[in-house]
Amino acid sequence: MEHKSINLKLKIWRQSNSQTSGSFKTYTVNDVSTEMSFLEMIDVLNEKLISEGSEPIAFDHDCREGICGACSMYINGRPHGPMNETTTCQLHMRAFNDGETIVIEPWRANAFTVLKDLVVDRSSFDRIIQAGGFISVNTGNAVDANSLPIEKSKADASFAAAACIGCGACVAACKNSSAMLFVSAKVTHLALLPQGSPERKIRALNMVAQMDKEGFGSCTNTGACEAICPKGISIENIARLNKEYLMAGLTSEK
Amino acid sequence: MVDAKIPTGKLSEKWTDYKGHCKLVNPANKRKLEIIVVGTGLAGASAAASLGELGYQVKAFCFQDSPRRAHSIAAQGGINAAKNYQNDGDSIYRLFYDTIKGGDYRAREANVHRLAEVSANIIDQCVAQGVPFAREYGGLLSNRSFGGTQVQRTFYAAGQTGQQLLIGAYQALERQISLGNVKMFTRHEMHDLVIIDEKAKGIIARDLITGKLEKHSGHAVLLCTGGYGNVFYLSTNAMGSNVTAAWKAHKKGAYFGNPCFTQIHPTCIPVSGDHQSKLTLMSESLRNDGRIWVPKQKADERKSVDIPENERDYYLERRYPAFGNLVPRDVASRAAKERCDAGFGVGTSKQAVYLDFAAAIKRYGKIEAGKLALENSTDETIIKLGKEVVKEKYGNLFDMYEKITGENPYELPMRIYPAVHYTMGGLWVDYELMTNVKGLYCLGEANFSDHGANRLGASALMQGLADGYFVIPYTVGNYLADEIGTTNISVNHPAFEEAEKKVAERIQKLMEIKGTQSVESFHKRLGKIMWDKCGMARNATGLKEAIIEIQQLKKEFWQQVRILGSINEMNPELDKAGRVADFIELGELMCIDALNRAESCGGHFREESQTDDGEALRHDDKFMYVANWEYKGNHHWEMQKEDLNYEVVKPSQRSYK
Amino acid sequence: MNWSQLLSSSIGRKIVMSVTGLFLISFLVVHLGINACVFNDLYDATDNGDMFNRAADYMGKTMLIRLMEIVLFLGFFIHIIQGVMLEMENHNKRKIGYQVPVGNKGSKWYSRSMGLLGTILLLFLILHWWHFWIPSRFTHVGLETPIILSNGRMSHDMFLLMKITFSEWWVVIVYVLACISLTYHLLHGFESAFRSLGVHNGRYIKILKSIGIGYSVIVPLVFAMMPISFKMGWIG
Repeated sequence: MEHKSINLKLKIWRQSNSQTSGSFKTYTVNDVSTEMSFLEMIDVLNEKLISEGSEPIAFDHDCREGICGACSMYINGRPHGPMNETTTCQLHMRAFNDGETIVIEPWRANAFTVLKDLVVDRSSFDRIIQAGGFISVNTGNAVDANSLPIEKSKADASFAAAACIGCGACVAACKNSSAMLFVSAKVTHLALLPQGSPERKIRALNMVAQMDKEGFGSCTNTGACEAICPKGISIENIARLNKEYLMAGLTSEK
Repeated sequence: MVDAKIPTGKLSEKWTDYKGHCKLVNPANKRKLEIIVVGTGLAGASAAASLGELGYQVKAFCFQDSPRRAHSIAAQGGINAAKNYQNDGDSIYRLFYDTIKGGDYRAREANVHRLAEVSANIIDQCVAQGVPFAREYGGLLSNRSFGGTQVQRTFYAAGQTGQQLLIGAYQALERQISLGNVKMFTRHEMHDLVIIDEKAKGIIARDLITGKLEKHSGHAVLLCTGGYGNVFYLSTNAMGSNVTAAWKAHKKGAYFGNPCFTQIHPTCIPVSGDHQSKLTLMSESLRNDGRIWVPKQKADERKSVDIPENERDYYLERRYPAFGNLVPRDVASRAAKERCDAGFGVGTSKQAVYLDFAAAIKRYGKIEAGKLALENSTDETIIKLGKEVVKEKYGNLFDMYEKITGENPYELPMRIYPAVHYTMGGLWVDYELMTNVKGLYCLGEANFSDHGANRLGASALMQGLADGYFVIPYTVGNYLADEIGTTNISVNHPAFEEAEKKVAERIQKLMEIKGTQSVESFHKRLGKIMWDKCGMARNATGLKEAIIEIQQLKKEFWQQVRILGSINEMNPELDKAGRVADFIELGELMCIDALNRAESCGGHFREESQTDDGEALRHDDKFMYVANWEYKGNHHWEMQKEDLNYEVVKPSQRSYK
Repeated sequence: MNWSQLLSSSIGRKIVMSVTGLFLISFLVVHLGINACVFNDLYDATDNGDMFNRAADYMGKTMLIRLMEIVLFLGFFIHIIQGVMLEMENHNKRKIGYQVPVGNKGSKWYSRSMGLLGTILLLFLILHWWHFWIPSRFTHVGLETPIILSNGRMSHDMFLLMKITFSEWWVVIVYVLACISLTYHLLHGFESAFRSLGVHNGRYIKILKSIGIGYSVIVPLVFAMMPISFKMGWIG
């Protein structure tokens, strides 16, 4: 692969903490190798900022392999940037052109408070899982793993939903700031497995109730979440959640 | 000499016997006992969840914004378990034996046997939690084989096994949080261990959002904080992976066992330039079909595809005809380094070798053409069919490679190079996973225990979950049964006050340096020293130099580091500075340990100790022990040996020729 | 989970939107069926709206239909109120917006503009009622002269009212624009309604998608042909 060096202008959201309001600041970064990942480019900028005596840009990141779900930049009007099924950390600078201006914003949603610069609080996702995103089985309760055969296609579909990394890009992309893709991926993952059946109804009801409580919007099936999801989680999961929820709601005893 | 408190009796009965006789805590008392769990990866999340289920009051801490982001999530390949579902002769003994042998006879037999015993329960537990393992059409679990074994015992979920297992443990943990049994502290980092009356009684943690220090007390402290591969700066670890919690415990008296044992994984995407911040692993499974080669001619500038077959050196197949490209990780890594050092490396950096699928594509293509009864099919058709097969098997890995390098691995051979992946060393623990500090436990990659000098593929996930789900719930009870009299440990105890003060002073000191060099630059320099002199091959001269260089670096760090921002706010630079300061100290200890161990074993290769044909040479007579290091003050450590007694397995020299 | 909890949750409210939406979609078929009778003029020059007027008369005199009319109004009311509220609430879920909007990356403009399209349709609806429903039910303006239908019943000449109403260009243009809005509203709404009700199976979604596209194009097209045909003098 041919190495190229490009110069970029970056417009980045800066905000000291959740209490203050923020604003965009413009930076230039020169001689960016197209072999760099997007976050490495930010590293370079940060090193430059430190040497100039200004505070580096805070951003969430950890594994840099596209699996932990920590990175969360909204780049040029798209969560995780221009490439399909690619997290910010896996995005490389060859996706950009010399002289380009890149606008970087934090995930925006009332349910995701900006903590600093590009870092947002996604603990609402944990609380949604706490509401029912699990199978209640204590350690030691399990029967032999092969005592419960599971249809391969169902296991595969369950796995496809379980591939969600909880990054929140679906919320960031949705015009309603809805977390339905996230919630539905978890509900689908567990609903498709026989182990998940006993709690199937209560799970759907409780997780949706928590989602509403956290201040996410409702789903209007626009499909933006599916299109930008770095793990290709299908919007079909949302329809499945609707069904799970409706069935649970209609057959509820109370 | 340290005592590992290994139960007496037959190896295969030790654990059963232990469980039958260990002390128990009654449910009413469990409610009064608090346990602190630091780190919420596979080991931490499974431990916190299991202990919460038992009724203990658990406080769990992680530096990430959610327990789901711990780096266990990045494990690709799979998890081993002695289920023998494939009827291919697997058993607890075989898993135990393979792990001991793979670890080059530097692991503790009793721990490894217990690991093999509980391995099957892990799979059961995970399936019950809803982990979507790969299945066959009959609906039963699928297995694959993995490096260093002759049976199919690896359970997997595509290339995302770690993710699925972690999500399972995370969900169990979140359930306990919702039930009120676990209190979760995210974006918190442990800064010190508090010891009262020679027992671990709490920690000092820092809230990474507000920068405030917090005192947390508990009747026991569990460190599940992962490995320290980031001491090399570049590794396959996550950016945040660090040694800080373990290091603080070490400086408070916990022994650090075998710190120099590092696993270098042979198939990673090579460094592309100075900007490189981390390395990405390509699953070991690629070596099942890929052939590794370099040009026969030094500094060959031709493109890979222009180099004819007879000018290629398939060096693994040449050196190890029996195992070929499937030699264990340490052997494959060293061989790649040897070729590159000799000037045969490829790519712009010359620090890479080719992993070529052209032959596999042709082979699979021919098979497919045969299946379709396509006689006299053209090369083009065969290659097209072959690519489809390869895509189905390794598609996600190939895509990842293309994303990172911009090269199409279906057309060009991949470039790979070894990278730091896992650290077998860690805090020393006894059979109960307790460190030499009473009440302080260490689980998962953070402890030294199960993998000896080299870890086999798909065993890290197994160990993390074994420790958390099935070992600690028993062993911690055995200790806590005697602690039920201790009620309400006050965080106003002088020991807490003093520890908090020291932490605050250290942070203050870091901020006041106001030097000229970034934290990152020091980390890079440390990484370079470590990689060059304490990396894949080590020698006494280099290690001695490294120790001096690291001491110098430490001095410079504390005079020159520049941290902007302030203490009482979110300040990732400050967080990183604390971690790098600890890495620098650890680096020195690793070199001291590597220097002490004048033998080659597993991932530790001392150039002075090799056979005539360049293979690792162990010295069981001199080094059949765990080197535990006790901190004795600045730059000063004392070694406390734990002799390894092999009662069942008879150590032999490994050969893959 | 009681009924009010169910129906006031985010998904519950989407279900309400989809149920009322599908009800309105089915109403459109009936409405279209009746109104399409005007095109009988094309085949039978002597009809002069008789078929259409008979259908309209039948609708007016049948008790069940009148009852359904109340349900229809309720359907409109709920669909509109719920829609407006959801739109506003959803909009408020992101108090600080983006400098660079997501735009068309991954979604269609009309999927994101259901509120806008719905508002256009609501405004049109008011005009449409004023044109036809209010005169036929209450004021009888333009319907002063009754006619005798071929079945012998006396009735309003709705056909004539249409002819007069659609004699003005601006009305024709507004109706055509409304039909275009309806097309886009339905293009999203049809499929989305089924998704909200939990149809997730790819095979059925595919079928519903095709039916949805067909419906969204054909129904408004036929509606739009009415003012155009009157104006162009093809009928009436």
